[in-house]
Amino acid sequence: MSEDEELPDLGGGATPNSNSTVVSIGGGDQNYVSPGPDQVLENVLENVLCFLTSRRDRNAASLVCKSWYRAEALTRSELFIGNCYSVSPRRVTNRFRLIKAIAIKGKPRFSDFSLLPPDWGAHFAPWLRAMAISYRALEKLYLKRMCVRDEDLAIAAHSFPILKELVLVCCEGFGTDGLAIVARECRQIRVLELMDSVIRDNEVDWISCFPEDVTCLESLIFDCVEAPINFEVLERLVARSPSLKKLMLNSYISITQLYRLMIRAPQLTHLGTGSFSPLEIVAQGEHEPDYFSAFAACKSLICLSGFKEIIPEYLSAIYPVCGNLTSLNLSYANISAEQLKPVIRQCHKLQTFWALDSVSDEGLQAVSAACKDLRELRVFPVEALEDAEGPVSEVGLLAISEGCRKLQSILYFCHRMTNAAVVAMSKNCPDLVVFRLCIMGRHMPDHVTGEPMDEGFGAIVKNCKKLTRLAVSGLLTDRVFNYIGQYGKLLRTLSVAFAGNTDLGLKYLLEGCPKLQKLEIRDSPFGDSALFAGLHHYYNMRFLWLSACKVTRQGCKEVARQLPGLVVEVIAWNEEENGTSEDVDTLYLYRSLDGPRADAPRLMVRPSLIMLGKALFNYRAGFPLAALKISPSSCGFHALAVEPSPAA
Amino acid sequence: MAMISKEHKKEKLEFEETELRLGLPGGGGIVNGDLVKNGKRGYTETVDLKLNLALKETGKGENLQKEKNLISCSNDSVKHTHKAQVVGWPPVRSFRKSLMAVQKSNSEEGGGGAASFVKVSMDGAPYLRKVDLNMYKSYQDLYGALGKMFSSFTMGKCDSQGMMDFMNERKLMDVLNGSDFVPTYEDKDGDWMLVGDVPWGMFVGSCNRLCIMKGTEAIGLAPRAMEKCKNRS
Repeated sequence: MSEDEELPDLGGGATPNSNSTVVSIGGGDQNYVSPGPDQVLENVLENVLCFLTSRRDRNAASLVCKSWYRAEALTRSELFIGNCYSVSPRRVTNRFRLIKAIAIKGKPRFSDFSLLPPDWGAHFAPWLRAMAISYRALEKLYLKRMCVRDEDLAIAAHSFPILKELVLVCCEGFGTDGLAIVARECRQIRVLELMDSVIRDNEVDWISCFPEDVTCLESLIFDCVEAPINFEVLERLVARSPSLKKLMLNSYISITQLYRLMIRAPQLTHLGTGSFSPLEIVAQGEHEPDYFSAFAACKSLICLSGFKEIIPEYLSAIYPVCGNLTSLNLSYANISAEQLKPVIRQCHKLQTFWALDSVSDEGLQAVSAACKDLRELRVFPVEALEDAEGPVSEVGLLAISEGCRKLQSILYFCHRMTNAAVVAMSKNCPDLVVFRLCIMGRHMPDHVTGEPMDEGFGAIVKNCKKLTRLAVSGLLTDRVFNYIGQYGKLLRTLSVAFAGNTDLGLKYLLEGCPKLQKLEIRDSPFGDSALFAGLHHYYNMRFLWLSACKVTRQGCKEVARQLPGLVVEVIAWNEEENGTSEDVDTLYLYRSLDGPRADAPRLMVRPSLIMLGKALFNYRAGFPLAALKISPSSCGFHALAVEPSPAA
Repeated sequence: MAMISKEHKKEKLEFEETELRLGLPGGGGIVNGDLVKNGKRGYTETVDLKLNLALKETGKGENLQKEKNLISCSNDSVKHTHKAQVVGWPPVRSFRKSLMAVQKSNSEEGGGGAASFVKVSMDGAPYLRKVDLNMYKSYQDLYGALGKMFSSFTMGKCDSQGMMDFMNERKLMDVLNGSDFVPTYEDKDGDWMLVGDVPWGMFVGSCNRLCIMKGTEAIGLAPRAMEKCKNRS
């Protein structure tokens, strides 16, 4: 415990590698000095710590003492950065030396719904710069909601010669140019997965860039790449990729092309079927291939998705695999209950099912009858409009709850709901870990009783003892937050919109939910006094998001002042550039070891509009302006000078 | 749904009169979902702004209230117009929204409804064809297309006039007794029917596949014998 005090502290200074060697530092081989007891302890420790894989266990181990901290840092090979701004890349690479796999998450989730400016941040480039020096042996790279440019992909391809896995989820900023470089340069790539990302079509035939010889590709997922694919080249690629298990095609691949790929790769376990339509109006002089037998030949297929432009009559081709499927994603297939039924009734082993609400309550009843092993259900709206007569309702939810007792995760978009159905689900599905109900009309009450939806969600938090993630909607008063604060003791992620009456709502949450990590709230009447109720907890959270609420600039400043370890980002509307309005449009706060970021977006003022400016402020109480490492001229944003706090 | 009072309607009219719009050229100002309301600006790329000067001065709470009132203005004539849309609500990701919009527009181009492809076979032809029934407005159109498609294989009257003749009962038996071809279709019940009996719209809705049979084989499907045919199959 105490023997290491003279060594560098936890602040992240360089740790000499020689600690881990046995041979003495000073002389040549003839001066072998046997290692001291401290050294032996560290060596033993490192060997033991290698077996610790869970990052939570490793975090705990690193807190035991400095010796353990060092040993853990030298042996950790997988890194998870939940918020790319919570720590600087430099600090990370200084501490961890042997990283082979890294996952970095950037923007908060509400950015998916256009609630942040597109140039807000979460750039991969600074991380890449640090990693390109320190992590040359990187094998796996996972990025979520990050801005990745083509140049970044090029640098990554060059810097990580043994990169095996590249997974980009909800990313943007790159195009098929970048993909071409990855295909060409990453010779060891086994997994290339692009999911829900916005990818520019640079009109580059990136599929042709894979090397000509046999590849070690195991997973190729590009269903979100909205660009035509050179099919003949793809076909040859699939043919020379014997290890390929996961293949997810984009909507430019027709069903006839899918057929050709399937007969070349019957070993597939995960298949994204592309458009699942012929794409041509009339097939010229071609027999219709036997799609049914192609599916029958894929004996290992357990996961099916795609169907991006489905012609429903082709759905029967998948019958041969239905009995084996554990995952079926029909969430782009606008099919009716009648079209779903013959498929779903064969899917006895289904655990994950995603669909559009076009299947209606009746379709969900069929799911409930057939899929007794269902763990995850997602029902998306065909028309994401508030005021519509949606085809799914409490009837479908109730049916699912009655038939699928093992349900763990649900995301359900609907236009009408009742407390009774939600209460029933809370009792029928005690294993629920994730409950996300989106009643699309704002402030919609129980459509039968006219009451708020408080009791339904209250029952969920009360009865579902394993619940860690919750999203609420509909007409909700402070009472629902009281319930959540009272019962949601394991809750880590909570999403709130258009809910609550007073500050009490947010207070209940912040005071009652000790495990709360990610709290995102929009358009709810929570103000400063509620904000202050969380001061004891913000250091334990990944982030707090409040948009279109009632917090003021003064309140945000106060939080920043009291909690120097937080970064408090505020987006506010000003009528004039140097406005003094107290209105805060968006508050995003998170803990950070390295203070406010230097890459906040420039002010955007469009002359064609009546003067509306945006100001982005970073508050970092206790630091003189110089230490903020920014200047208005370089970044173009205004930093407020705050008085240094005496305690700092 | 909350009911809307006269005052609220009036309020809405006034609001619409005072607002400034910046819409995309040629567009009706209504695009997928992410419209702006009440001065809150979304960060979507297609900038479609409604600058509401009047509402900007009100407090947030009032905005909320106004939004609430404005939602429920559901007139049938503007059934799916985005009246009081708020940025990022409902929380559906834009790529999903845009995909559904693309699908919808594809199907609308096809003529008001999802594409309705059916296989077309002809006795003696080496391969099948496919037609999208939604591309045609009447039997006449369909026969014309079929005739063109299979003209190389028929020696008989497989043009539109020939098929129209077939519709005429007086010529029917002559036609059927010859070696002419006759269009038949399989309906949703699995029965093989003669094309042309039911109204076009109903036919499109119930047709699973088409088969152009040799006349001699189609005798059992003559209009007068429809009932027998149904009972038999």
